[in-house]
Amino acid sequence: MSGIATFLTRRRGGASWHFTDVLAWIWLLAGLLLMFGPVVWLGLSSFKTRAALSEFPPTLLPYETSVVEVEGFDEPLPLYRVKTEDGEERLLVQVRRIGTVAQMADPEAPDEIIRVPLVAREPVREVRLATENYSTPFERYNFLRYFYNSVFVTVVATIITLIFNSMAAFALSKYQFKGRTAVLAVILATLMVPLSVIIVPLFSVINGLNLFNSLWGVILPTVATPTGVFLLRQYMLTIPDELLEAARMDHASEWKIYWRIVLPLAMPAVAVLAIFSVMWRWNDFLWPLIVLSDQELYTLQVGLNSFQGELNVQWHYVLAMTVVSMLPVVVIFAFLQRFITSGIASTGIK
Amino acid sequence: MTAEARHETAGERLAGLLLAPVRWGMNLIDRPMTWLQRRLGLGGVAAAFLAPNLLVFGIFVLFPMMLNVAYSFTGGGALFLNNRVFVGTLQYETLLSCRDFLDASSCREDRFWRAVGNTGFFVIVQVAALVLISLATALVLNREMRARGFWRAVFFFPVLLSPVVVALIWKWILQRNGLLNAVLVELSFEPTLWLVNRGWAMFWAIFLSIWAHLGFYTLILLAGLQAIPRELYEAAEMDGAPSWRVLTRITLPLLWPNLVVVILLALIRAVQVFDEVFVLTGGGPGTATLFLVQYIYETGLAQQVRNLGLASAASILMAAVLIVLTLVQLLASAWRERKEQR
Repeated sequence: MSGIATFLTRRRGGASWHFTDVLAWIWLLAGLLLMFGPVVWLGLSSFKTRAALSEFPPTLLPYETSVVEVEGFDEPLPLYRVKTEDGEERLLVQVRRIGTVAQMADPEAPDEIIRVPLVAREPVREVRLATENYSTPFERYNFLRYFYNSVFVTVVATIITLIFNSMAAFALSKYQFKGRTAVLAVILATLMVPLSVIIVPLFSVINGLNLFNSLWGVILPTVATPTGVFLLRQYMLTIPDELLEAARMDHASEWKIYWRIVLPLAMPAVAVLAIFSVMWRWNDFLWPLIVLSDQELYTLQVGLNSFQGELNVQWHYVLAMTVVSMLPVVVIFAFLQRFITSGIASTGIK
Repeated sequence: MTAEARHETAGERLAGLLLAPVRWGMNLIDRPMTWLQRRLGLGGVAAAFLAPNLLVFGIFVLFPMMLNVAYSFTGGGALFLNNRVFVGTLQYETLLSCRDFLDASSCREDRFWRAVGNTGFFVIVQVAALVLISLATALVLNREMRARGFWRAVFFFPVLLSPVVVALIWKWILQRNGLLNAVLVELSFEPTLWLVNRGWAMFWAIFLSIWAHLGFYTLILLAGLQAIPRELYEAAEMDGAPSWRVLTRITLPLLWPNLVVVILLALIRAVQVFDEVFVLTGGGPGTATLFLVQYIYETGLAQQVRNLGLASAASILMAAVLIVLTLVQLLASAWRERKEQR
């Protein structure tokens, strides 16, 4: 009996499988399916034509019915595989469909019409990526504008965030002055006030400053992130003060000390904040939704939401644009995964 | 210039080119800052360094905070405070007047109470499930295995997706002709209109927010697990302790400080649930997934007749809950750090 117990609990070193190993693998595989599956499905679906998207049950890959140019017809005609009554299989094009019967013809001899019941035929299909799902929204709808607005907001807000936050962090880590603790406490207090709580008065402040319906109204309220100040301050505290003293001996101005000595040395923390800031601003939804009312000014997220909220949802475009709006984040993650995960694990910010 | 400068790569040269205007701007600021330094000394320089950030804080966070309190005591449709009528505690009375607090339809502002009820239910179920699933995932990822980085990424990456993207990914799967119904039909079950059924809509709202945020909490717990000294496990193995005993006697007690922080962070986030669910269901069907932030947003800003006073009062009540939770969370974080230092 005890032999079985030791056998069951033996793990590292031994090659035997413990039941927790099995459970762990089930968990991992289920996770893979549930976490990755939906995104893969989104990617595959985004390349299907509108007709293919409305099919039920859906196919895995983006198929499209093959079409053939036939003499005497302006439009290319769809190709079908037809089982004729004598059991033979033929490739025919559909000329017209009346009720449950299709008028079909041989592409080589289009004059002779063959009547085929709908059940006896099957469309010939080939895998084709409907890339027009990606190009049309940019050409015919406002998505190029939305994309530009998102990039503008993200880049400008991130640059301002980095400069303002690093300046404040520099002052809070390298100077002794009256009220330093008070300032820190105020910044800490703002951590408790998430945007969702102050949307109403913030809206009137934005209106009072004439920033309503302007990209600057989206940018400015977000740039003084308390998390950013804390992240940078903690890092700058580790930079030895002797460096600053040495520079002062050489008559460097305080501003020069900040941006030529402290800022370059704090680059690792600045980089982490930059990555976070880019993701925050790119993904922002509630605030741009409130501030922007003009279609021309929508960011990608807001534009996507209004596009999917229309009465007749054009899923083929919505899915493609969803992929576009997640692409930058995926690219950042693919290259900078280690920064992001270690940043979160060490600071607990998101 | 040093020897390294001559061997700069193309990338560095491009970065230098891009940074040139920044460098130029920074040099421009040097003059007034030096002047300030001469006039006011180091204290003045510190103030100048703090000024931009504090100014933005003041205008866009602190001032609105105070304004929020003021708004909650006023009524009328005017946007700016000086045009608004002081109504005392009327807005709070409106929100809190209920014949029976357990029955939302007996309340004057029944949408508020439905939002409160939904949010309360959401917070309890979502946080419990989220913490349990994150804990299990962290325990699994903490095992010795190949390609741990890959598996961690699998659970983590949705954290980075925008709420709109998350909602659309799942809306596409849950729609009438969607993947989920196709799988169900394949297994000869009945297809369901997931987002039209009240109970299912709430289920998917909870599911979605867990799916999107699970990786964040897993990561924090994983960091906590990896900080547990290995010797403890080796000693337990030598004593032949069964794995569940190792879990309940070593892992969980030592992870407890991290778990508390994770639970509180999850609570703070869950109270503010909005964007993913708003895009997925729009608060529907009916008011089945109407949550507090959406109530505030719609009452104060998105309705034809904006009721800023009522929305402010509702957000003050929500802020009170959040401030208590955040204070507890800060205490818990300090407690965790003290424990780790020991």
